[in-house]
Amino acid sequence: MSLLSVENLRVTYPTRQGPAEVVRGVSFTLGRERLGIVGESGSGKSQTGRAILGLTPKPGVATADRLEFDGIDLRQADARQWRSLRGRRMSMVMQDPKFSLNPVMPVGKQLMETLRTHGTPRSEAKKRALEMLEAVQIRDPERVFRAYPHELSGGMGQRAMIAMMLVSAPDLLIADEPTSALDVTIQIEVLRILDKLVAERGMGLIFISHDLRLVSSFCDRVLVMYAGQVVEELRAADLHNARHPYTQGLLNCLPKIDGDQRPLPTLNRDEAWTK
Amino acid sequence: MTGTTHLRGRRGALWLGKFARLVLTVAVTFFGLLLVTFLIGRIVPVDPVLAVVGDRAPKSVYDRVYIELGLDKPLWEQFWMYLQKVFTGDFGISFLSKRPIVDDIARVFPATLELATVGIIIGTVVGVPAGIWAAVRQGKWPDQLVRVLGLVGYSAPIFWLGLLGLLVFYAKLHWVAGPGRIDIAYEYAFTPKTGLILWDTAMQGQWGAFANAFSHIILPASLLGYFSMAYISRMTRSFMLAELAQEYVTTARVKGVPEWRIVWVHALRNAAVPLVTVIALSYAGLLEGSVLTETVFAWPGLGQYLTNSLQNADMNAVLGGTLVIGAIFVGLNLLSDLLYNVLDPRVRRRA
Repeated sequence: MSLLSVENLRVTYPTRQGPAEVVRGVSFTLGRERLGIVGESGSGKSQTGRAILGLTPKPGVATADRLEFDGIDLRQADARQWRSLRGRRMSMVMQDPKFSLNPVMPVGKQLMETLRTHGTPRSEAKKRALEMLEAVQIRDPERVFRAYPHELSGGMGQRAMIAMMLVSAPDLLIADEPTSALDVTIQIEVLRILDKLVAERGMGLIFISHDLRLVSSFCDRVLVMYAGQVVEELRAADLHNARHPYTQGLLNCLPKIDGDQRPLPTLNRDEAWTK
Repeated sequence: MTGTTHLRGRRGALWLGKFARLVLTVAVTFFGLLLVTFLIGRIVPVDPVLAVVGDRAPKSVYDRVYIELGLDKPLWEQFWMYLQKVFTGDFGISFLSKRPIVDDIARVFPATLELATVGIIIGTVVGVPAGIWAAVRQGKWPDQLVRVLGLVGYSAPIFWLGLLGLLVFYAKLHWVAGPGRIDIAYEYAFTPKTGLILWDTAMQGQWGAFANAFSHIILPASLLGYFSMAYISRMTRSFMLAELAQEYVTTARVKGVPEWRIVWVHALRNAAVPLVTVIALSYAGLLEGSVLTETVFAWPGLGQYLTNSLQNADMNAVLGGTLVIGAIFVGLNLLSDLLYNVLDPRVRRRA
């Protein structure tokens, strides 16, 4: 049985010009694998991730024909059930640790909060939090545990964020552009840590990114989104066999290290893609 | 080990530097304050000599006092003399009460302090939760209610509310005692030490007098509390709305943290940083002595004293009172800066 199945997911926001649909009928299933979702900004990839966690920001509304996590129908879940799922069985790493960590709370306390919320005693929570900091390859866990978010570099902050989201060993992790705010050199490091932990713990990962090449090297399967719809789904290894003109266009635009392309290829959008 | 001691030494130096800068800032502020009050005292069309001798004094007496007051000397020398006096705690004699200004202020200020403190406590205890409630239920009826109540509190004239309050709760319902700080019957039931009647009576176990004083203070304090609540709840609402839209709130939700904890621990802890300044400045505003409230409730406080002095051209009293108010503002600003340091780790570790 698959870990997560999504059918015909739609996210709608009311606007003055009437409802605006930002996710328009997304369907996919996820096992204990790494699924990449790529798309440009505004394509609905982040909204898809948040809708799965039931965190569509107000006044948006998410509907689906089927939204099932490990046999639980998420569409029927009440606030209490959501709280017991979030943080314990499913969680999400967000883009920029500068904003996603509470600035006035020490990192360790925020880490422990994940466990304490779900009933772990204090002393054990502290022990596991420190172990988790070590697992994300932080050299001085005690110091980082006591530190405030602004005292950490971007890379350290994002590792702390990953630690916070994995400390309770969830089954599903959504990583929403987890490396976009980091330096290129640190991106690879953080990705390796994420990759290792996901593989070790055998969890399902949804990796949201706008970086096609990164996603294809990191994930097993890729969904390509455009204007709120999945336009193509393929195995990461088969990326060069992409059929959809949008994916092909994107692939053509990737710079090649050998070969001088002039003029630089551009993406010609077709109205038909949004239909 | 040497590494840590070295670090500690450096941090000590940073603190020292910070402290020195603080002292300098305060000194400069006070100098400016003294200069301004001094100049105001010279600019207002009040003849200080006439205030002393009266307008029927012969020319010889007038001239003698003119020289006694140092008015024949150049302005900067007068300012220098003024500075020297202020530093020895000598603000001069009140022409009205014939007593040192310092004694007068020591007598009236506790009344204002007591009223303002009870007022700001009411304003904070009601205003902060009301603002949070409005922010959490944004756009729903609690939000509208808090906003309308705030608007009324902000725009209704306070003396009118005071008179209305006296009419309803004192004259008609007899729920509270009337104007003044305490009934005559209780006035000698305790020995005034701090001048704060609630404090003095409670310390001396005079609960009857305490209850009477409380019954006197509760109406004007609630009024001031309502006034400051209007501002505090508005600011709390907007600070909380800003914090609740932050990414770390989403992070907390992703962790499964219950909503009450997100609001009261995560968001409020961040909103508290700017909120401290708002509350401190509201408090300073109340400590100025609100003239209208003190007049309506016959409250012998700083506001009434200053108005009375001003109307009787008692410039020494006015200048002394202005200095005290200035000092309160500087002091409360310092206090809120210190609290900033406690509440916000980003400020704390910055030199």
